[in-house]
Amino acid sequence: MKKEAEALKTQIEAARKAACDTDMASAASGVAPAPRVQLKTRRTLKGHLAKIYAMHWSTDNKLMVSASQDGKLLIWDSHSGNKVNAVPLKSSWVMTCAYAPSGNLVASGGLDNMCTVYNLKTPVIKTVKELDAHTGYLSCARFLSDTEILTSSGDTTCALWDLETGKQKTVFLNHVGDCMCLALSPDMNSFVSGACDSLAKLWDIRDGQCKQTFQGHTSDINAISFYPSGNAIITGSDDCTCKMYDLRADQEVIGYQDAALNSGVTSLALSVSGRLVFAGYDDFNCNIWDSLKGEKVGVLSGHDNRVSCTGVPVDGMCVCTGSWDSFLKIWN
Amino acid sequence: MTINTLSQDGVQRQQMPCLTKMERMIISMQDPDMGIKLRNQRLLITVIPHAMTGIDIVEWLIKKFSISDEEALHIGQLFVKYGYIYPLKEPRNLILKADDSPYRFQTPYYWMSTRWPASELDYAIYLAKKNIRKQGELIEYEKECYNALHKRINHTWDFVVMQAREQLRASKQRRKADRIVLECQEQAYWLVTRPPPGTLDNIDYGPERRTMNTRVQLNAEFYKKEIEHNRISLARNRVKSSICLESYVKYCEQYQPHDPIMQGCLPSNPWITDDIMFWNMNSEVVAVPTKLRVECWSFSFMELLNDPMGRKEFLTYLEKEFSAENLCFWQACEDVRHGETSKIPEKVDEVYKQFLSPGASRWVNIDSKTMEKTLEGLKHPHRFVLDDAQMHIYFLMKKDSYPRYLKSELYKNLLARAIVPQETKKSVFPFMRRQRHSSPSPALATQTGEDDGKAKNSNSVKSNSGTASRL
Repeated sequence: MKKEAEALKTQIEAARKAACDTDMASAASGVAPAPRVQLKTRRTLKGHLAKIYAMHWSTDNKLMVSASQDGKLLIWDSHSGNKVNAVPLKSSWVMTCAYAPSGNLVASGGLDNMCTVYNLKTPVIKTVKELDAHTGYLSCARFLSDTEILTSSGDTTCALWDLETGKQKTVFLNHVGDCMCLALSPDMNSFVSGACDSLAKLWDIRDGQCKQTFQGHTSDINAISFYPSGNAIITGSDDCTCKMYDLRADQEVIGYQDAALNSGVTSLALSVSGRLVFAGYDDFNCNIWDSLKGEKVGVLSGHDNRVSCTGVPVDGMCVCTGSWDSFLKIWN
Repeated sequence: MTINTLSQDGVQRQQMPCLTKMERMIISMQDPDMGIKLRNQRLLITVIPHAMTGIDIVEWLIKKFSISDEEALHIGQLFVKYGYIYPLKEPRNLILKADDSPYRFQTPYYWMSTRWPASELDYAIYLAKKNIRKQGELIEYEKECYNALHKRINHTWDFVVMQAREQLRASKQRRKADRIVLECQEQAYWLVTRPPPGTLDNIDYGPERRTMNTRVQLNAEFYKKEIEHNRISLARNRVKSSICLESYVKYCEQYQPHDPIMQGCLPSNPWITDDIMFWNMNSEVVAVPTKLRVECWSFSFMELLNDPMGRKEFLTYLEKEFSAENLCFWQACEDVRHGETSKIPEKVDEVYKQFLSPGASRWVNIDSKTMEKTLEGLKHPHRFVLDDAQMHIYFLMKKDSYPRYLKSELYKNLLARAIVPQETKKSVFPFMRRQRHSSPSPALATQTGEDDGKAKNSNSVKSNSGTASRL
């Protein structure tokens, strides 16, 4: 049976090749090269006492939440540099955090296998729910609204939760390795997840099925993001490359790699037009790629340790990088 | 997260480039002619040879690399953090002080690159030595580690104790000064690789990974599902690459003016000038919107609907056309889809009364087939029961009302009234809007967008270090 599955896979590859009648290099040949991007650090947010593992912008473009293994979630007003709130966590082994689009809730999760949701609008920050059903660590969480949240876990599943009841509404099963990251599509009807089995999968939120699978990476996929038009996804992996997959053509269209780069990608973010890809690496830098040309157009260096998370706010004004050196830097 | 195939090597791969750079610098610092002048430093009663002061290090770095004070201090800190230089006075405090506190170079035997990773056995021997040498010399956390190691590697404990004794005996035969130096070096090494709990661990390389994931069984059941999945996947419709790629190029071009990082923004980027005019001008409710914002509504229907102001304008237009109930219906459906589960039945009921029931005040025009299906589903309301109807109305608006709106007087007037904000004047640095050019002089950057193609791709990628930081 394994052979049958393999045979089908080769057939799919053939069909993909047939649809691939041109490559990105020729399609983008008419585009002017992106200018060298030199971004400067505009803010350094100091306040965490240990490695920062995750950060997420709020939709109001000024507030953001960051999670660190000193056991705290800090809410920053990044423009002024002030800490608006500090949420103490029950378990300090946090791996992800998320800000709800409404700005009312934040979530965190990690090695405790639970996703904890906090309400920021009450006079004292309260825990709204503890979502406890995963049997593995929580690697990523994203809010769909104030009532629904998506999580990906080390137990190889992703789940959609109802925040009112605290139960899982849908469980997405198909990955063979720990799910490391997820990203919501702009139209909120589907999401993609990347896992340690080096595959990225597209899921339909409504019926819980895996619609498409993308392969090509040779190691764990650590970061994933949708292209702003919603027609493509970009993934970053431990094999030191990033790849862009088109959802309609069902295949990889371009890869972002450099022989000189020797460290894995930990995080990804895209600029508003989708032209620039900001990828954080283990070698303490964040490289900026031109998504159409596939060339490196800039570097953000300034951290003293691995860059663990990157984020671009909705208005695309700047990039924020968080690192294991316990600082967050805002670049523009 | 290390790579499966090369667990030990993989770790080295990540940190090695930085460490080799550091080590090159350290070697040049120790150069007898050009390096830092080392003297004998007095520590309590003993004299430690070949030591230097903190200020020596900072000054040497400034002179050699022509950098600022702050940057030299920062680089020096990195050396101390990674264990290449260790402090003599307060060994547990791994920072560089730019004064006359004494520091010393760590011997290459204890460099990060040569002894990686630090083995548990070595740590056990070190703690055992400390314990034997002077009872009660171990600090709290060291005692805990010692006990934990004792439990974990109990089978080789005899070996550990024997090694510890041997090493102590060998060291007793050395001169006192040498012995103290070696002890200092060893202690410094372990302070860096096994920091006390609560302090930042500088060389941590993340959790070790299992190579085999035992959660999913690769059995017949699994392969059946795989085959099914692959069959469906094979049958799917694939769009030609050229079409897809064309769309990305178009998208990037269309949105480039809206991308502040690519193209700057007016009146000014709040992060650079600290002027929050941009955010004020683009807030949700504003008397006169900016031109870029209004133009964005013409890119796609979703853009119009996502902007609250856009929705308001569109609603005004629809009211003139007597089809405002479509937008209201769409909004009500969105509310059902994303709202609280407990409120779904009552919300759906409301929607039915207002929009779907025959003779409703704001009846929406859905085709009979969809209407039948929706009414059937209303008997058992769930979150997605109104999806088909919503989709129908959405496409109705998109194909009919939306294009007409874009051609309408209302939209055109708004576009004409929309403001292009004045660029706020900057004082000293002539930061022009298109500062992303690699043109040599900022004063020359008054050209328009055509220069993108002519931009000189200078090979010097000036990577800005984090010294320009502000809180």
